[in-house]
Amino acid sequence: MKRWLMIVPLAVFLLVAVFLYRGLYLDPAELPSAMIGKPLPEFSLPNVQGDRTLTQADLLGKPALVNVWGTWCISCRVEHPVLNKLAEQGVVIYGINYKDDNAAALKWLSEFHNPYQLDIRDEDGTLGLNLGVYGAPETFLIDAKGIIRHKFVGVIDEVVWREQLASLYQGLVDEARP
Amino acid sequence: MKRWIAAIALGLSLAGVAHAAIDTYEFANEADRERFRDLTKELRCPKCQNQDIADSNSPIAMDLRREIFRMLGEGKDNEQIIGFMVDRYGDFVRYKPALTGKTALLWFGPAALLLGGVLVIGLIVRRRRAEHADTSDTLSVEERQRLDQLLDKDHP
Repeated sequence: MKRWLMIVPLAVFLLVAVFLYRGLYLDPAELPSAMIGKPLPEFSLPNVQGDRTLTQADLLGKPALVNVWGTWCISCRVEHPVLNKLAEQGVVIYGINYKDDNAAALKWLSEFHNPYQLDIRDEDGTLGLNLGVYGAPETFLIDAKGIIRHKFVGVIDEVVWREQLASLYQGLVDEARP
Repeated sequence: MKRWIAAIALGLSLAGVAHAAIDTYEFANEADRERFRDLTKELRCPKCQNQDIADSNSPIAMDLRREIFRMLGEGKDNEQIIGFMVDRYGDFVRYKPALTGKTALLWFGPAALLLGGVLVIGLIVRRRRAEHADTSDTLSVEERQRLDQLLDKDHP
């Protein structure tokens, strides 16, 4: 009997234990986005205010957050003040009003302040579908050329912004500088 | 008793309604209906992860069903439809993931484990055989005498 064979079961056990332990802290609801590295999908949709048509070209030029929201989404209500604050600090945020009642969306924006530079009105959810959105809120980080660089699913609060997104956004801003 | 029967009848009728509410698509032919059923069974709902999109009532699953129906109407083949979903939601949405470097472990892991088990058992059996091979299974004269003695003790 070879001596070293005796440690094989222990090694296998340790390997499995490490994987299972890691699995305890993984969030299965968090999907890796298939859209990272791809350009924004083409679209041509009215804005929420109803006075112009927006296309993907309107979102180019500056790194930005593209935030998917709806008035039916309770956690969006929690996120909204944080977005307001970020907009005040000069962060460029575009909004996609996803599968929503437009009148309700207008009311929401006038009541709670509008942090979005542009409000895309995606009533049927086609743009959301092309972006691989499966809920709200979801936020995409795009660079100046409109390439999707990061996706965050869930509520952006101050901790999330400080610890995850701020540095990514700053990186894109630095990259866009000549 | 009557009340129970009424309750069960009501339950059954409601189940019928719930089912009808999901299935509202008109297909051009039976083959399309079949494909729709297969595709919605094979694709996973991104929001409610333990359901396929045929089963799920979440809004996103409804959208995806509508989208599949639309693409079927446009005459797209299954590969194109699945490709459309994977482009947006990743390999995650497939219950039968494509064979790539990333998913090789999924596909071959179980078979490899089984093979490993068979190999280990084979090795153990062979070693046991080798151990027993040198001790012959016929008794020597002394052993036979001793055996007779033992047997005699039991049956004097």
